[in-house]
Amino acid sequence: MIWVDTIVQGVLLGGLYALFAAGLSLVFGIMRLVNLAHGDLIVLAAFVILTMAGALGLHPFVAVLIAAPVMFAVGWLLQTYVLNRVLGDDILPPLLVTFGLSVVIQNGLLEGFSADSQKLSAGPIEAASIKLGPIAVGVMPLLTLVSAIVVIFALNQLFYRTKLGRAFRATSDDAVTAGLMGIRPRNVFAIATGIAMVVATIAALYLGIRANFDPTIGPARLIYAFQAVIIGGLGSLWGTLAGGIVIGVAQGLGAAINPEWQILAGHIAFVLVLLIRPRGLFPRAND
Amino acid sequence: MSAPVLTISNLTAHYGDFQALFGVDLTLEQGQALAVIGANGAGKSTLMRAITGILPSPRDAITLNGRAIGHLSAPEVLEAGISMVPEGRKLFPSLSVEENLLIGAHARTGNGYWTLERLYDLFPILRERRHNPGTALSGGQQQMVAIGRALMSNPTVLLCDEISLGLAPVVIRDIYATFPKIRESGASVIVVEQDIGQALRIADHVCCMMEGRITLSGAPTDLSRDAIHNAYFGVSA
Ligand SMILES: Nc1ncnc2c1ncn2[C@@H]1O[C@H](COP(=O)(O)OP(=O)(O)OP(=O)(O)O)[C@@H](O)[C@H]1O
Ligand SMILES: [Mg+2]
Repeated sequence: MIWVDTIVQGVLLGGLYALFAAGLSLVFGIMRLVNLAHGDLIVLAAFVILTMAGALGLHPFVAVLIAAPVMFAVGWLLQTYVLNRVLGDDILPPLLVTFGLSVVIQNGLLEGFSADSQKLSAGPIEAASIKLGPIAVGVMPLLTLVSAIVVIFALNQLFYRTKLGRAFRATSDDAVTAGLMGIRPRNVFAIATGIAMVVATIAALYLGIRANFDPTIGPARLIYAFQAVIIGGLGSLWGTLAGGIVIGVAQGLGAAINPEWQILAGHIAFVLVLLIRPRGLFPRAND
Repeated sequence: MSAPVLTISNLTAHYGDFQALFGVDLTLEQGQALAVIGANGAGKSTLMRAITGILPSPRDAITLNGRAIGHLSAPEVLEAGISMVPEGRKLFPSLSVEENLLIGAHARTGNGYWTLERLYDLFPILRERRHNPGTALSGGQQQMVAIGRALMSNPTVLLCDEISLGLAPVVIRDIYATFPKIRESGASVIVVEQDIGQALRIADHVCCMMEGRITLSGAPTDLSRDAIHNAYFGVSA
């Protein structure tokens, strides 16, 4: 029974990792950009929620509704004024720029908020749990996983059922020919990064409620997100969810054996999956 | 007397230090079908890329219905009313046949002649294949999708870059057989070809290109085989 419980908790934790990773996966899928600042942007979003909640006296679940459009704008501006300028055939410039951005965000947050750890307080719901058969499941972890599923479902609908999604896919296939269709790839990229930042804000909400955060924790979140994306198969959103769950379960099992093994177990699972399936669990056919 | 739809004057184009077009002049009349022919590397595709804004041009080198459009970007040129069937078809592999057609209407604002239904009537096989990935079709069917995609923007000017490339003669004939209907929709047409036969059959006017220059221009009936051969290969037949 303890194992079932461990696996269930791991799956729920995987929802959080999938939320970390979904924005990264979206941006990579559309513009082949690996955003090394993604983890720091999640942390930035957590501070935006914290600030809104503090300044306006709002519950984090309400504050996120204001933070999300703010972060959309951050993503849009970042893509338009920084990332679009360095995207090209050479993959190195965007890596360097987003690495630099990561450092800038961390230092900016340290300057503005100090190194103290912070937490988003959601009240009694944080301790609430419900019984699923013999297992007690925390309401917040459950909500996190459900949110991850809803987010990924919504992103898939956007991708495969809307005009904007069609433009995303066409631009990802061939930006020059997309231009001949009247699509402006730079605008498409700006919207995509804006949407990725909205997803990052949702991730930040659950990150900030679940545990303490401070300006320096971004890079570690980036690693989990990376691993989830790569395990799932580059560019596959449902694969990203599966990847998040693989890491969550591996960490849970590792921690059950020995608490010190939690993080290591996730990394080992990552390496094992790649040894068996080098292109991830659900690789996209035409990559 | 018909007014020119598209005027190109003294157009040059470069790839880095390499000059690919040298002062090209060309006029497309309202309702006309113009064939641009020329050998490998003559600069035909470069001319198309310049017109569509993929390659930058001086503002006044290209005018569409009197409006200077040389400086516009590719999406702006499309919005101005010029669409292209690119060399090699360039369908989007992630999109189904129908999505490939729909994306041709991405920038469209109003109604116009071309709808999915009209395109499926023009190319009935595409109706059957509408849910297949665009790239799962035969070469000829892919070319139909590429033409349909370009028509979905209801262009004033339709540019076709080597639609016969890699297709069997009967398929080429079938595709060119749809051109009268395409022209009825009001589009003026430029077809680029290395394969002269089909293009000349539908064209009202021919321009021959060689090494980045127009070397011959006239009505197909006025030009002798020798003259075309000369302009095409630069040697006497
Ligand atoms: N991207 C490019 N970079 C550098 N040179 C190029 C490029 N594209 C074409 N060229 C050169 O420009 C010249 C004209 O090429 P273009 O593609 O316009 O010829 P074309 O008439 O379309 O030939 P084809 O019938 O083979 O399609 C050629 O000498 C070609 O090598
Ligand atoms: Mg060509």
